[in-house]
Amino acid sequence: MVNLMENESIIDVQNLTKAFNDFVAVDDISFDVKEGEIFGLLGPNGAGKSTTLRVLSTLARPTKGTAKIGGFDILKHDNEVRKLIGIVSEKMIMYNRLTAKENLIFFGSLFDIPRDVLKKRIDELLELVQLTKWKDAQVGTFSTGMRQRMNVIRALLNMPKVLFLDEPTLGLDPQSSVEIREFVKKLNRENHTTIIITTHMMVDADLLCDRIGIMDHAKIVALDTSTNLKKMISGADTTILKLEIGNLSPDIIQAIQACGCTDAVTQENSTHLKIIVHGNEAFDSVIDAVRAKDGKVNSIENLQPTLEDVFLHITGHEVRDNADQKIPMEHHRRFGAAPNRIR
Amino acid sequence: MGAKTLISHSMRIAWKDLTELFRNRLGLVLLILMPLFMMAMIGFIYPSSNTTISNMPVGLVNFDSGNNTIPSQAFIRGLQQINSQTHMLKLSNVSNMAGIKDEVQKGDLDGGIVISSDFSASIMNGEQGTLTIVTDQSNPTIAAELQAALSAVFDQMSTLLAQEKVQNLSSTVTANDSLAVVKPYDVQTEGVVPGTPSYFNFIAPGIMMMTVMMSVMTGLPVAISQEKEVGTMDGMMVAPINRLSIILGKALGQTTRGLLQGFIIMALAIGLFGIAIHGSILLVVGLLLLGVFSFVGLGIVMTSVAKDQETAQMMMMTLMFPMMFLSGVMFPIQSMPWFMQDISKFLPLTYASDAMRKVMVLGAGVSDISMDLMIMIVFGAVMIAIAVPLFRRMMTR
Repeated sequence: MVNLMENESIIDVQNLTKAFNDFVAVDDISFDVKEGEIFGLLGPNGAGKSTTLRVLSTLARPTKGTAKIGGFDILKHDNEVRKLIGIVSEKMIMYNRLTAKENLIFFGSLFDIPRDVLKKRIDELLELVQLTKWKDAQVGTFSTGMRQRMNVIRALLNMPKVLFLDEPTLGLDPQSSVEIREFVKKLNRENHTTIIITTHMMVDADLLCDRIGIMDHAKIVALDTSTNLKKMISGADTTILKLEIGNLSPDIIQAIQACGCTDAVTQENSTHLKIIVHGNEAFDSVIDAVRAKDGKVNSIENLQPTLEDVFLHITGHEVRDNADQKIPMEHHRRFGAAPNRIR
Repeated sequence: MGAKTLISHSMRIAWKDLTELFRNRLGLVLLILMPLFMMAMIGFIYPSSNTTISNMPVGLVNFDSGNNTIPSQAFIRGLQQINSQTHMLKLSNVSNMAGIKDEVQKGDLDGGIVISSDFSASIMNGEQGTLTIVTDQSNPTIAAELQAALSAVFDQMSTLLAQEKVQNLSSTVTANDSLAVVKPYDVQTEGVVPGTPSYFNFIAPGIMMMTVMMSVMTGLPVAISQEKEVGTMDGMMVAPINRLSIILGKALGQTTRGLLQGFIIMALAIGLFGIAIHGSILLVVGLLLLGVFSFVGLGIVMTSVAKDQETAQMMMMTLMFPMMFLSGVMFPIQSMPWFMQDISKFLPLTYASDAMRKVMVLGAGVSDISMDLMIMIVFGAVMIAIAVPLFRRMMTR
């Protein structure tokens, strides 16, 4: 989303550090976010994403450095900052024994929104996420998906200019994840809400974010658009190939691995291989190796690097963890990989 | 941020907490059952002046021998006669000391009475006859009660015997005269207010006070640490409200819950255990509120220190027991050793339950308990002064 006010930073983070005793959770990070942008913080669990978000949303005090949101310092003018922001965290912020409406009225009333305005807004928000039917049911009886939708609209009660989303799709099924992503996009498009999202799911970052900051070990190690981040790999001497070999055998795989240009080989199913190679002659030498073993190459795709490849490239290790990222990752490969560039 | 918004936000939070509380059916039932159990258990178990032991199994060993055993026969008959009226003891004959020890070890007997071998002979010779009370050291309470009960019985029997002897000395002496000789003092007991003293009278005001004060001291840290753990605390923390209104709102909610419990205890005490309130009800309510005030600060301090719900619960247990026992809620302070009495002087609950007792049982007015009130106010104010900065720091880690 290209912003009209290109130079207007709504969030300005300056040398922010947060330490818990000896443990440094966020180490001297600086970045800024433009108004109307969707900004992603991507990284494994424990990288410091959530802590960054907690500090920015005034829930924790920075140990060093500071940040400004909408021109207000998070330390000096915390209540002004709070009026501008909304936060959705992986924890459901709602009371199980209160009804959906009671929950929203309670949290809304803490923002001093006039009662009639608040009530109208709550009705609209409930309608927006199709919970109107359940407004008088206690949220303890809700399904996880319903609860997450409640969790999101709770953060929108004060019509925030900046919305923080901390792992919003964690533990949700693919369907609900898609819904949340669509909702976030819509919010950004229609209300021009600036969105900061943390995630360890590449698919979230890739599909949603205008810019992505990759966090690892308390630092931001790279920050750019998804396209530019991927260019870091494609610009380098590395190629990702997907081969379909009709008569795939262990022999053939061994032959490919034996090529000097091969970095990694993964077998995806009985006929498909994904290989990462480097060097200009890589393509030819792989094909030669397969043919030498009488392999039949049915098709070759040159895969776009994924954010995961980028992460691996930058940090030298994989986004370690976790079972629930597998399903979206497959989605991503299926839709994200385009056969467009063969060297 | 004005005081008005601070209070309105606190009220919202308190209202939310109470709504949650009232939706929790089981919690509500327990809220009523807990004080009921506490009152009933403690009130019935501990003796008041009119409760006595009953049917306590006691072994009787008669070593008395010799030609004439009439005095010991008379003694046993007298004992049985008194016991048939009071049913305090369940007497059984045992052949010797080892028998008593054996039965006590098995749990069949709680103690024994031993008549010495020269009992009758001594009495006949105009000397004192020796009786030994055998007690069970493993159970001091029972031992003491048995001793007290038997001493009373023996005292009564001795008096009768002495009266008889005095009357035998002179035929002109009447039964009343002989009693005046043997027992010159007639001791009567009367309370400052009408009614017999009962342990409920002692314990109900204390428990009432304790429940209300504990609700802020222990309920507050538990309630807040729970919200922190679930994550709902963040929802309040990101709202542009004064941090104090969170703790005030929570305290208000817990206080209301505590007062509710307090009133349930009062109603139970009056309805079920026949306690009359001699002082003004208004003063009782006022005392309860002051009790809350004096403990809010301590509650906030504990909230600031407790990191999670488990810690909060453990802290609550750790503090609650000494408070309960040292503040004279259940046992009189006067019966404690000196160092415990000294400790109890530092506990606000001591003064609170003392004041409540005076008002409820003795009908004392404000001026009578002014010292207690002063101490509670000072303690509360000092604690709040310590608590507020601590809490602010905790909230913005």
